[in-house]
Amino acid sequence: MTADEVVSRLTSGMTLGIGGWGSRRKPMALVRALLRSEITDLTVVSYGGPDVGLLAAAGRIRKLVTAFVTLDSIPLEPHYRAARESGSLELMEIDEAMFMWGLHAAANRLPFLPVRAGIGSDVMRVNPGLRTVTSPYEDGETFVAMPALRLDAALVHVNRADRLGNGQYLGPDPYFDDLFCEAADAAYVSCERIVDTAELTKEAAPQTLLLKRSSVTGVVETPNGAHFTSCAPDYGRDEAFQKLYATSPYAEFAERFLHSDEHAYQSAVQAWQKEQRP
Amino acid sequence: MTPVTRAEYCVIACAEAWRDNGEVLASPMGLIPSFGARLAKRTFSPDLLLTDGEALLVGLDGTTEGWLPYRQHLTMVTGGRRHVMMGASQIDRFGNQNISCIGDWSRPTRQLLGVRGAPVNALNNPTSYWVPKHSRRVFVEKVDMVCGVGYDRAAAAGPSAGRFHRIPRVVTDLAVLDFATPNHVMRLASLHPGVTVEQVRVATGFALHVPDEVPCTREPTAEELELIREVIDPGNARAREVPERAAA
Repeated sequence: MTADEVVSRLTSGMTLGIGGWGSRRKPMALVRALLRSEITDLTVVSYGGPDVGLLAAAGRIRKLVTAFVTLDSIPLEPHYRAARESGSLELMEIDEAMFMWGLHAAANRLPFLPVRAGIGSDVMRVNPGLRTVTSPYEDGETFVAMPALRLDAALVHVNRADRLGNGQYLGPDPYFDDLFCEAADAAYVSCERIVDTAELTKEAAPQTLLLKRSSVTGVVETPNGAHFTSCAPDYGRDEAFQKLYATSPYAEFAERFLHSDEHAYQSAVQAWQKEQRP
Repeated sequence: MTPVTRAEYCVIACAEAWRDNGEVLASPMGLIPSFGARLAKRTFSPDLLLTDGEALLVGLDGTTEGWLPYRQHLTMVTGGRRHVMMGASQIDRFGNQNISCIGDWSRPTRQLLGVRGAPVNALNNPTSYWVPKHSRRVFVEKVDMVCGVGYDRAAAAGPSAGRFHRIPRVVTDLAVLDFATPNHVMRLASLHPGVTVEQVRVATGFALHVPDEVPCTREPTAEELELIREVIDPGNARAREVPERAAA
C-alpha cells in the first residue's frame, strides 16, 4: 500500500491509535499523509510525541487519550501545549500503566482490566467516567477498572516488514506497537524497508518479529518514515530538525515541509539540512 | 581538596535514598539523582540495577546485563522492585505531587508533561522526589493536579492505595525532607550545611514540621567525593543544576 491509500481507508471521527513512544519510532510518514487529507474530528490514543503535536496544531484532534506528550530531548511539546492552553481539545489523561492495561484489555476482548493506579490521584477527578472494581477474592482490594482502549485503526512504524504484514523491530524497545495493532479493527504498518519473509530472520532473532500478519491490515514502505523521531538502529532522532519543528510556528513549518507528498517532505528536509552546513 | 559544594551534598542526599534497597531498579529522573544513584551503586548499594535511559540494564562500565523495555519496566513498578526519584513541579505537605499542568486542568495556564507514570509509581514502589530549586512555587499548600499520590490521599483512597505506598524522601537544593511524623506531614529531616531552618521555612509555602534538633546532611567521605569529581561527573554538570549560592 501507499501512505495515501492507508489514509483513504480512514474517516473523520475515528478512534486512532498511534504507536511509538514520545519522540521515538513514530509513524510520521502516515501522520504526514493524514495531515494532507481532510480527515478530522479524531480521537487519538497515543503515548504522545510530535504525532500529537502536528495533528493538534492542524486542528484534527477532537479528543486525546494519553499519559504525556513530549519530544524527549525537548520535554514539552509546544503545539500540544498551545492546544491545551487554548482549551481546544478534549483530554482523557491517564497514567502510563493504565494506558497499557487499556490496550491489553482491548487486545484481549475484555471490557476492562484492574490496575493499581489512578486511585487517590486526580486522574479520577478529571475522568469521572472511570469506575473501580473490587476483588472477589479474600483480599477484597479495590482497583481502577481500566476500560479497554479499543481502536478503529492503529498506525505504527517498524524497521522491516514483509508484504504479508509480519513486522520486525530492530531497536531496543518494542514500545506497545503489537498491542496497538491487536487492539485495533484495522492496523497499518509503515516500515523502513519491505523485505522477503525469509530475509527477516536471516540476521535477526525471531523475537524481533513483533507484529503478526493476522493483526496487520496493510504495509507501507516509507524509508526515513519515522523522521524526525528515532528509528534505531536505522537512524537516531534528528535533533536539529526537531528543534526547528519545536521553534517554528506551525503554519510556517507546514508551508515549507508539509505542502506536498512524502517525497517532497524528504527533499525539503534534505534541502534544509544542506542549508545548515557551513 | 576544595570544600564540598551544595551540589555535592545534593548528590549524597540523593544517593542515600537508595541505601539498603537491595536488588531493585534505581530510576533517577534528573541529573543529580542520576549521579546519586551511580554513587550509591559504586559504594554502599552495589546490588542496584540501572538502565541506560532506554531499554537496557547496564553495569557501571556500560556492560549490558539485561533487557528492560517499557512494558517490563512497568512490571518492575507494580511488582515493587524499583525505587524511583521523580521531579515535582508542585508538591504539598503530604507529598502529593504534580507534573501535569499548572492552573485549572480543563484549560491550564501552563501545560507541563502530563501525569506520566506518577499515579502508578506512587501506589506501587517507593517514590522519592528531587526538587533542584526549593521555592514556594514548588512547595505549595495545594497542588493543581495530583499525579503522585501523597499520604493523606493514599489513606483516604483505601487499603489498596496505601498497601505499597511510600515516599522515602524529598531532596532539594536546601534540605532533605521526609514524612516520619505521626500524621505523615512533611518534616525537615536534614539541612545541607550552610542552610538555615529559616531559609527553608521562607522557601516553603506551607507549615513544615521542624524538629527541635535538625541534623546536617552528612558529609561525603573522601572516597565518595573523589568518585563524584573524578569518575561520575568530571565535567561538573552538577554545578549547573545546583549552582553555588553566595553565602547567606
